[in-house]
Amino acid sequence: MTGIGAAPTLGAPADDGVRSVPARAKARSVLGYWRLYLAISPFYLLFLCFGLIPVGFSLYLSFHRWDGLGSMEYAGLSQYRYLLSDAQFWNSLTNTLIIWAIATLPMLFIALVTAVMLNSAVRFKNFYRFAYFLPNVTSVVAVAIIFTSIFSTNFGLANAVLQGLGLDQVAWLNTDWGIKISIAVLMTWQWTGYNALIFLAGLQTIPSELYEAARVDGAGPVHTFFRITVPMMRPIILFTLVVSTVTGLQSFTEPQVLLANTNNTSTFAGGPGNSGQTMVLYFFQQSFDNNDFGYGAAIAWGIFLVVAIFSIVNWRLVQRGEK
Amino acid sequence: MKGMKGTRARGLTLHISLIAGVLGSLFPFYWTIVMSTHSSAEIFQYPPKLLPGSHFDENVHHLFQKIDFFGSMFNTLVVAVSVTFLVLFFDSLAAFVFAKFHFPGRRALFVIMMGIFMVPAQLQAIPQFVIMAKLGWIGSLTSLVIPAAANAFGIFWMRQYMKGSIHDELMDSSRLDGCGFLRQYWHVALPVVRPGLAFLGIFTFMAQWNDYAWPLIALINPDHVTLQVALSQLNSVNGTTDYGMVMAGALLALIPLLVVFFIGARQIMADLAKGAIR
Repeated sequence: MTGIGAAPTLGAPADDGVRSVPARAKARSVLGYWRLYLAISPFYLLFLCFGLIPVGFSLYLSFHRWDGLGSMEYAGLSQYRYLLSDAQFWNSLTNTLIIWAIATLPMLFIALVTAVMLNSAVRFKNFYRFAYFLPNVTSVVAVAIIFTSIFSTNFGLANAVLQGLGLDQVAWLNTDWGIKISIAVLMTWQWTGYNALIFLAGLQTIPSELYEAARVDGAGPVHTFFRITVPMMRPIILFTLVVSTVTGLQSFTEPQVLLANTNNTSTFAGGPGNSGQTMVLYFFQQSFDNNDFGYGAAIAWGIFLVVAIFSIVNWRLVQRGEK
Repeated sequence: MKGMKGTRARGLTLHISLIAGVLGSLFPFYWTIVMSTHSSAEIFQYPPKLLPGSHFDENVHHLFQKIDFFGSMFNTLVVAVSVTFLVLFFDSLAAFVFAKFHFPGRRALFVIMMGIFMVPAQLQAIPQFVIMAKLGWIGSLTSLVIPAAANAFGIFWMRQYMKGSIHDELMDSSRLDGCGFLRQYWHVALPVVRPGLAFLGIFTFMAQWNDYAWPLIALINPDHVTLQVALSQLNSVNGTTDYGMVMAGALLALIPLLVVFFIGARQIMADLAKGAIR
């Protein structure tokens, strides 16, 4: 490297040196780092073109009516006002939250119990981890297709089992709760193993003296689980809760593929009565089925707000846990 | 005596519960095999067939008639491989800079990058579609590759990895040997962080292989799509009730991904968990 190469004085406090010299020298020395700036530029260029400009443009769009082809028409706040009174949006928000709750809470509990069991089992641990993680690497589309066949009213395995037990069949993909439960089961199946592996890694950081002390005191496994494991794992439980919340509130592929053949009007409708229509599905329906780009953008900002509120609440929980 | 018996009973219960979990985890895969080997007539029978049948060839034949399976798999492969290589290069290069160099604006640029993590995809979907249409990329694989060519997650991950594994002494001695920036990156940094690159590469490849929402929107020509979009066409309203065929499609689409996972499973599982604990 010749001349004023990229950061020739690595490790030296380069920032402080720059601050004390005149502006022109400063500019020249900033230019001296051109290799470094060039090296990080691809990400920022891509972000500018496909991240920042789109976000700004979607804010602009949300104040306009536009079908993507004709001319834009200024609409002020009217689309946001409509969003607040849009029953279908509120329905999609409720659906999202219900599906999230009946998927996430059992999922995290099962995952934690599984991780505790894995932590105490010595043999075949790698086999178990592998088998539990496999659903998570499978594509959501394939998983949704598989679960369509399990929950099918006519030939699904779930109904065959009910029939075998002498119980009434359920039109899983045609009723309000059937749809929500089917989506939640799919999500639980796909994400329990992932969370169990994360919990397992966390469990391995808990000092074994704690468990020994509990054992000496004569505490049983259930008592130990709720008195030692759960409190010690609190930060990691909250981490998984944050991840599941952010991904769960933006679920799209699961209901879209699972319910694609149950509604003839739109593949984004979320099944009969929009019972499985999540917020993101509704966003896709308005934007790309109805070509209502302006209102679609307003919905996207609505989703952003909901996700942000939940993230902040989660964040607060995490911080309180750290105190 | 009693204590030992209790321990053994507990160990047995433990393994029975864990195996029940494994069965729950693996059963849907088995069920896919069962369904994809039966004809539609058999699938609609009660009681359901619980063992694999003999109609797999027939179902696969129907599948290949219905969709351009290998064409769409090839499209997916092109996208996943291109994105993986671009991400590995751009992300590791940027991560190297953030991990090992000081320069004006470093902190600000890094904070901006982490902030980008939080922007939800929906806010970008419509404008991205409009931009791609203006560029004439809608319908082509370029619209999938270019926006995914570098990402904040990969840069952050590789930076953490490089901070711990590339020692300053190594950097200093290579500079004394007359190594320039690019040679330091190529000959000093990359060899050390190969395991980190392996994780990022496998993770990126699998994520791209499974990507669905954006390809569904951007690939408007129904005959020129990626594998996941082609699969979903099978299951849609205009699709079919030939479920043996649909399941055969789901099964075949899984195979390349499972191969990649088998190769990198240990690394993927260890590193994912590490990221969370940190």
